Amino acid sequence: MKKIIKLTINGESVEAAVEPNRTLLQFLREDLGLTGTKHGCGLGDCGACTVIMEGRAVNSCLILAIQAHGKEIITIEGLAEGGRLHPIQQAFVDKGAIQCGFCTPGMILSAKALLDRNPKPTEMEIRTAISGNLCRCTGYQKIVEAIESASETIGSEEVS
Amino acid sequence: MNEYSVLNSRLPRIDAPLKATGLAKYADDLKFPGMLYATILQSPVAHARILNIDTSRAKKLKGVKAVITSKETGLIKYGVSPARYDETLFAHDKVRYVGDEIAAVAAVDQATALEALSLIKVDYQELPAVFDMFEAMKEGAPQIHDDYPGNLNAEVHQEFGDTEAALAECDLVINHTFLNKRQDAAFLEPHSCVAIYDLDGRLTLHTSTQVPHYVMRTVAMVLQIPVGNVRVVKPYVGGGFGPKCEATPLELSCAFLSRFTGKPVKMTYSREQVFLHSRARHQFFAEMSLGVRKDGTMVALKNKAILDGGAYTSFGIATVYYAGSLLGGPYKLKSMKYDGYRAYTNKPACGAQRGHGGVAHRAAFEQLIDRTAGELGIDPIELRLKNIMTAGDMTVNELDMSSLGMKECIEAVKEHSGWQNKKGKLRRGKGIGMACGFFVSGAGYPIYRSDTYHSTVVIKLSEDGGTAIVQTGSAEIGQGSDTTMAMIAAETLGISIDNVKVVSGDTDLSVDLGAYSSRQTLMTGHATREAAEQIRGILKRYLAQEMGCTEESICFSNGIVKFDGQPGNYDKLRSHYIKEHRGWTDQPSGEYLTFKEVARMTYLKDGTLVGTGKYKPPRLGGSYKGAAVGTSPAYGCSAQVVEVDVDLQTGEITIENMTDAHDCGLAINKTSVEGQMQGSLSMGLGECLFEEVKFDSRGRIVNPSLGEYRIPTALDMPNVKSIIVESHEPNGPYGAKEVGEGAIMPTIPAILNAIYDATGVRMNELPVTSERLFLALKKQEIA
Repeated sequence: MKKIIKLTINGESVEAAVEPNRTLLQFLREDLGLTGTKHGCGLGDCGACTVIMEGRAVNSCLILAIQAHGKEIITIEGLAEGGRLHPIQQAFVDKGAIQCGFCTPGMILSAKALLDRNPKPTEMEIRTAISGNLCRCTGYQKIVEAIESASETIGSEEVS
Repeated sequence: MNEYSVLNSRLPRIDAPLKATGLAKYADDLKFPGMLYATILQSPVAHARILNIDTSRAKKLKGVKAVITSKETGLIKYGVSPARYDETLFAHDKVRYVGDEIAAVAAVDQATALEALSLIKVDYQELPAVFDMFEAMKEGAPQIHDDYPGNLNAEVHQEFGDTEAALAECDLVINHTFLNKRQDAAFLEPHSCVAIYDLDGRLTLHTSTQVPHYVMRTVAMVLQIPVGNVRVVKPYVGGGFGPKCEATPLELSCAFLSRFTGKPVKMTYSREQVFLHSRARHQFFAEMSLGVRKDGTMVALKNKAILDGGAYTSFGIATVYYAGSLLGGPYKLKSMKYDGYRAYTNKPACGAQRGHGGVAHRAAFEQLIDRTAGELGIDPIELRLKNIMTAGDMTVNELDMSSLGMKECIEAVKEHSGWQNKKGKLRRGKGIGMACGFFVSGAGYPIYRSDTYHSTVVIKLSEDGGTAIVQTGSAEIGQGSDTTMAMIAAETLGISIDNVKVVSGDTDLSVDLGAYSSRQTLMTGHATREAAEQIRGILKRYLAQEMGCTEESICFSNGIVKFDGQPGNYDKLRSHYIKEHRGWTDQPSGEYLTFKEVARMTYLKDGTLVGTGKYKPPRLGGSYKGAAVGTSPAYGCSAQVVEVDVDLQTGEITIENMTDAHDCGLAINKTSVEGQMQGSLSMGLGECLFEEVKFDSRGRIVNPSLGEYRIPTALDMPNVKSIIVESHEPNGPYGAKEVGEGAIMPTIPAILNAIYDATGVRMNELPVTSERLFLALKKQEIA
């Protein structure tokens, strides 16, 4: 039987009736049409479905939609504001951190969750934070560079 | 200084903002009104006769719209190479591996489709199965295909010169064997497609593929409809690396199901199904002998390959040829002999994967060179340099190295890795190793025998003259081909990349064989350049007439027009343009006439401006059997140095440094070139150290997930020193050639040579897990 859930997605409150076995990933992609969150494995192995829930990067394929009741969720669609890319998105574009782009939304959200709690991470902290996000295209180097660069941009924007 | 305005730069990719915001659409993101969801029934047993298939209960399930088996779809044989069409969409008499397709269902939702699968009853009579390639080739082994006795799917025998005689005259001959393991490409996006069959008999297939053109042809053939009635549209693709280079049962099933139901039908493989479909890297066993003179001159190479093909051919014929042909260089050899065999086994079919057919044998060869250098007491880099080919050289099997910065690559990695201070000077447990390799810039011939163009491109100018629209069937799969074509078009037209739009991956737009064999930059690049040149010619003719000047005096660059380097007297043209452009706020006012003004004025005279370009390689290669495989208009090459730290107690390997130099001709986009280099190294590292698709005793994959089939994470990959070496390739557009696959060639042997340097243990079986190295170290201790 369906249950009513209320949650906040990208700053908007959402109310919906969902089957108890529906994953957050299915709810986002299929019910809400937020297809920026990707389905790569369905087992929590690849990180392509990463979203931010209550400030933490989580695999949305491992969370039931009903578990997200009352929670605050950020998906990749919620990052750009006023037609401007978020500094992490801009850094990914500028540094060549994007190839096929399938891991990109999850990768960017893992980076955001990291920078929100640790604005000046070391390279090892960055690599650890994205170690649950697989990328088969880039060898990770340009992704790490992009996150380092975004950390500097965000830092300087906050000072000014 | 950069002589170009657009090329040879670090422009951001044109698709990056869409991908960074999650707005880029991949096949599984597509939704159409009334869309049905499909699934495929796959065999749970590896080898069996099908006695009966009963779909009656599935058909009766509420919400099920169609159930199809070979009865409904027929038994048209297909595959990759027409010489070996050995697949039918659905198995009818026999299943040949765990995962072989038997039926498909379309239903109102995924859950109903899955439930329907469980209601299909198949009666099997199990047959003895064979999972090992050596066993499969033995007398009395279970027969997988009636037409191929001994399970011998293909064999190749080639010899250039008299190899035995040459080896007999050598001062030193070393023999080597090498075994890799079946790999999975592990692209992040599982295969997915939506088929829409219209009532007028036309099919549109939105699919995650590297090769819209070949998918179009195969689907038309299997559905028995005209090629012109099939339109394949590739949305953004989440990586391919080879296995997405052929039509899949997923695409064919959806096409049939849409035809039978009259509704759009979508199917997406689960990650497990991606593993079961496979078509990824073969397992190779290499047996090799290299003969040299005392001074290190390489003389003769004898090479034998056995490939585990799985249950069907897929790309396998090309693969077994490549394992031989891609060893002809980049070293000068007097003679070379190759014997290759591809065996059928009761496992998913293997196909093409990054560095197609060449990677395992390159690893064996470069280890053999290292062993030879050790035996002769010559530095491995010096031994390679002594035998290296240079531009203009032809390999012993007649591959023409029209440009080759191999020597420059070796020298670059030697310098940037600090080789001189490290080789032979590191403590036990630390090691340094190097290797080289090369790869084609596009296969010289199409997969089906034909005189077809390999790429055609149409460029159309928008009616306001402000945008050039590049229309191509080429496949952007993450490698950056859309950006490459935008840059080539912008450079040739003399406009900014902001004024170029690329529409790609659609078979209605142009002919393009797709993204495989590292062909897009060279081949689609040529066609793009030619189309842009044609438009430039039309504009110049118009201008010459209007201005009363010669076409040669006109130059387009950075969006403006110069006449003998001067603004020229264009008053009449501009005032006409301004009058015609009344009411707009962007009237031209600069010192020079703009491209946009000229394009608009030409349109007013001639109508829509279109330029077309085309490319096919000239006849390439020798006249011996199989000479086509390995030919290419150009070859990219690469050298790498790897440094490792081995824990001698546990066998754990840490890759500390990787230095990579690649000759890609002119680097159209330097950032994208580095991206290809770094991605190749990452895949090579995974294949070398931990990737292996494993099977149980009944032919079931035991690790069909990205958790248990380990690919490198951000914690496994070191930062790579990437050095771009730019030769000028006479056969490439603006001198450009490949980077996407050549860069993986040296990675595995460079790591293996470094492990040897660190431990004195020669690892000739992949993957080199800690366990495997630990056992080898123990064996060494006892010895």
